[in-house]
Order: sequence, then C-alpha cells, then structure tokens
Amino acid sequence: MLRNSFYRTFQRFSVVSPTRQPVLSNLKGGLPSFRTYASGGAAAAVKKVQPAAEPVKVPDDLALETHTDIQTAAKEQADQRQAATETTPLVSPTPSETTALNHAYQENTGFGTRPIYLDMQATTPTDPRVLDTMLKFFTGLYGNPHSNTHAYGWETNKSIEEARKYVADMINADPKEIIFTSGATESNNMVIKGVSRFYKKTKKHIITTRTEHKCVLEAARSMINEGFEVTFLGVDKHGLVDLKELEAAIRPDTCVVSIMSVNNEIGVVQPIKKIGQICKKHKVYFHTDAAQAYGKIKMDVNDMNIDLMSISSHKIYGPKGIGALYVRRRPRVRLEPLFSGGGQERGLRSGTLAPPMVAGFGEAARLMKKEFDNDQAHIKRLSNKLVKGLLAIDHTSLNGSPDHRYPGCINVSFAYVEGESLLMALRDIALSSGSACTSASLEPSYVLHALGKDDALAHSSIRFGIGRFSTEEEVDYVIKAISERVKFLRELSPLWEMVQEGIDLDSIEWSGH
Amino acid sequence: MAATVPARAQVLSVYRQFIKNANQFTNYNFREYFLRRTRNTFKQNKTVEDPARLAALFGEARAELKVLKRQSVISQMYTFDKTVVEPLNKRSHG
Repeated sequence: MLRNSFYRTFQRFSVVSPTRQPVLSNLKGGLPSFRTYASGGAAAAVKKVQPAAEPVKVPDDLALETHTDIQTAAKEQADQRQAATETTPLVSPTPSETTALNHAYQENTGFGTRPIYLDMQATTPTDPRVLDTMLKFFTGLYGNPHSNTHAYGWETNKSIEEARKYVADMINADPKEIIFTSGATESNNMVIKGVSRFYKKTKKHIITTRTEHKCVLEAARSMINEGFEVTFLGVDKHGLVDLKELEAAIRPDTCVVSIMSVNNEIGVVQPIKKIGQICKKHKVYFHTDAAQAYGKIKMDVNDMNIDLMSISSHKIYGPKGIGALYVRRRPRVRLEPLFSGGGQERGLRSGTLAPPMVAGFGEAARLMKKEFDNDQAHIKRLSNKLVKGLLAIDHTSLNGSPDHRYPGCINVSFAYVEGESLLMALRDIALSSGSACTSASLEPSYVLHALGKDDALAHSSIRFGIGRFSTEEEVDYVIKAISERVKFLRELSPLWEMVQEGIDLDSIEWSGH
Repeated sequence: MAATVPARAQVLSVYRQFIKNANQFTNYNFREYFLRRTRNTFKQNKTVEDPARLAALFGEARAELKVLKRQSVISQMYTFDKTVVEPLNKRSHG
C-alpha cells in the first residue's frame, strides 16, 4: 500500500510530458542558432496547416498527455507475487476471457487502464459543447457583466441573460426567477436560512425529511440554534415520504417545507406534485432540492407548485462551481440574503457573476432540454440492463422504490460482502458506496438507515450512476466484473460459508459485543 | 446560409463530417456519444420533408459541426489514458 501510494506521487510529479523538452531547450538556447531557427520554422509551418485543412491532426508537440495510470504499481506487485508462488496460471491469456481477480484490475493487457466512470450522482463529465461555449469567455469576453457603461459589460451581460433563460426554460419558469449561486449547497442554505430568518417573527417551524442531502440537514440543524423547531419526517421502506404524515406535521407557524425531488443515494423520486398541492393548501413555502432531478425528470414549477428550487450545474454536464436557485415571484417568496454586497441577482446573491460558468451552465441546461428524450431513452435502456444483470447475482437487492425512481441512479446491496472492500476490489470502475460527501467516513449511509436497512446491508450497498456518456460496453464490463468479484469476495467470507450451510445469521450470538 | 433548403448531397456531406470529427475524439465516452447521437439525429430527421424545417435543421447541424470540429481538436490536445473497455492501438501512450 505504502509503495503504491509512493509510486502514485512519483507518477504525479513526473507526468510532465517529454514532448515539452524540445520547446524548453529552444527557449534556453541563448543565441538563435540555425538549428533553433529551423525547428521554430517547422513548428510554425505545422501550425499554419492546422486551421485550414479539414482532417485536423494536432501536432504531437502541442498535445498534453496526462497519465492517470495508478494500476501499473498494483499490477507489478501482483505479478511479482504470482511469480514468487509459481501457481498455475488462472486463465489462458485469450483476449476474450478476461477479468480474473488476482487483484483489483482487469488482467487483460491490450486494453486501457483508466477506470469506467459510473458515479454520475457525484458529478458528471463536462460536455464538450458546454466547454466550447465557455472557452470564449476565457479568451476574449472578459467583461464584468454588471458593468453597464461599456461594451465589454454588455456583451457578457447578454450571454448571462441568455443562459438564465435556458436555465428557466427547463422548469417552465420565468428567467427573472432564476438566481445564480455557487451551487446547490449554497442554494439550499439560502433557502433554509434565508426564508426562515425573513419570516422569523411569525414563523418558527421548518419541515424536512431524514433522507435529504447533508447540506439541508445541517442548515436545518443550525436553525435550531436560532430558535427554530425542525421536524425531520421519516420515510417508508421505499424511501418515499408519507403525505398524511407531512400534512399532519404542518403547523400554523410552519415557514418552509424542504423535500428533495430525486434522492442522491437511492434515486427515489418523491411525489413532488402532491407535496406541492399540500403546501399550497396550507400556505407554506415549498422548497425542493432538485440537484439530482433538474433536467433528468420532468419538472414544472407552476404545475408542481414549487416555490423554491435548488439547481446544480455539474450534475447536468455543466461546469462545477455554479448552480441556481429558483425563487417564485408571484406570489413573491422573500428571503434574507446570506451575502451582503453590491446587490446583484435581485439583491439576493451579491457578488460578480462568473460569465464562463453561467454561460456553460446555460448551455448545459439547453442541451438537457434538447437531448431530453434521447438521453432518457439511452439511460433507461442501460439502467434496465444493469439492474437485470446485477440482480441476477444471488442475495442482491435494489434499494429504494422500484417504481418511483430515476433510472440513472441504481443502489444495490450485495449481502455478505463489505461494500468498501468490494469498491477496493473494483479499482477499474469508479463507483461509490453512497454520497460523495460521506464516503470519506466509514459509517453506513444514513439514507439507507432511514429506509430501515440494517447496518450490514447498508454497509454493503453500492451506487451506480448512468449518464449521457455511458456506453453499453461499459455496462457489460461492469456486470461481468461485479459478478466475478462478488463471487470471489464471498468465497473469502466466513459469513457466506455459514449461509451456504444454512445457518441463520440472526441466531448467532456474537461475543465481544 | 441557413435559409436555403439543403440538397441531399449537402446533408450527406455534413453527416460524413460529423462522423469523421466524432471519431477523432480521443476521449472514449465523448467519441461514442457523438457517434451515437449523430447517427440517431440523422436517422430521426430522415423523413423530414418540410423545407423550412429542413433548412433550420441543416443550419443547426452546420453550427454544431463547427463546435464538434473545435472540440475534437481540443480532445486531441489533452489526452488521458484509455479506459478499461478500450483496446489499445498502435498510437497509444505506452
């Protein structure tokens, strides 16, 4: 392990590509000798060809190669071990029969080493089309969008208003109702703290659920210190909120109800429309954290009676570091801003907007709307395939409601396997055992706890996220790798042995507890 | 530019350019996505007859092609290791 991490650090610092060296030596050479002159001329000639010709081939000395190979060390180690023990080879090296588990990587050479990305709930890759929109703001359009005295400000301001419209269109809102923030965490904090502080003279109560994202839970908890009461609603075994319980929890002094649309760990879709109706009936503000839902399921703020909605850009293939808050204008929802300052964004979020981010976010939102049907069909197809493949393994179960769910988020428990050890055995697939915020700690997911799952099952759960850029090939690989490695890990497990022998694990009295 | 109705040959030429540029992405996921999306989009719009809509679609495709050309170049400039489902070919980093 130590050796491995050392190797990694070493690699990280030595990635400077060898192709840079000639350039450096060119610069260093003091006098312009004939040789440097000639090579400079050659480089210029190569450059000139580039924009004109159609089949653009980037010259090698312009490219930047970033190695992310963390597998070589592990492979070497395993090879050494195997050589030392001199066991019979596990598989014949035919390229089609792969993925024997000597270690956590694919055995087969002839393929790349970078893991498959299946953690779309944590973040998504930036769409190239989004990057294309952003680049011009890094290269030429650098004006402050709030400068209204010159053209530099006007042009970026125009792009920002365009982006605002795209963001609003996806949820059928008015562009004026969109406030750009730094992300969904800030939006959630703005709502929970801002709305309740604004109405604190008359309202003293907040309602939310146990399965919310940490930032909503923590923000609500901090409001307890400011004298508010918070009701954390439980969920049923499918992860859904009980509407009767919600209605019963609403009091005359309830200020805001905050319930997420799509859960980030189990992908359950709450009955937002019905919750909206209940909130409207009781004249309570309804906030929904739609970081995982925006652009992925149909959302309509007017139809669903949503008063406030948190949106994140990097979950929809946009840039990280930006999000938005939808704040209804009619009837007006008022909130106290978190930041004091120049009064940008209707005075709710002061601070200069970042035009590259905003424009990228806008483009990402536009693409989500444009590609909605294609993406949905693609994700659904892959998701069905993955669920079918994973549930074909013995003693596995899908967490969360099987019907009310977003297909791109699949949370599966593998009984008698420790989730973290399975993740360690799956270095060639980028997965997570739950939310990225809590995966640093080894405590089991509080969301699965809220669903009534016991510790063991909560520990052995893994979340698979499928997105626009996932491919069928990847899903096939994942199903194969997981089935093999779950089998392998179970063979090591004494619990699994007992289960095979027919011993009921609940009947065992473990000593030392 | 976008107002005229495109001829069949023009559409096919744009399609071929789409495929060629999509193929030039070094990132596996982006490459596969743009190939898939190009094929789907052109297939979906195969039966469009309305001249105005056809012209609009063609104009849109031309604009997208420009984006794709730029981005495939950028993808070739910043390369990363290949993923585990991608066969290594001769021109790999190794």
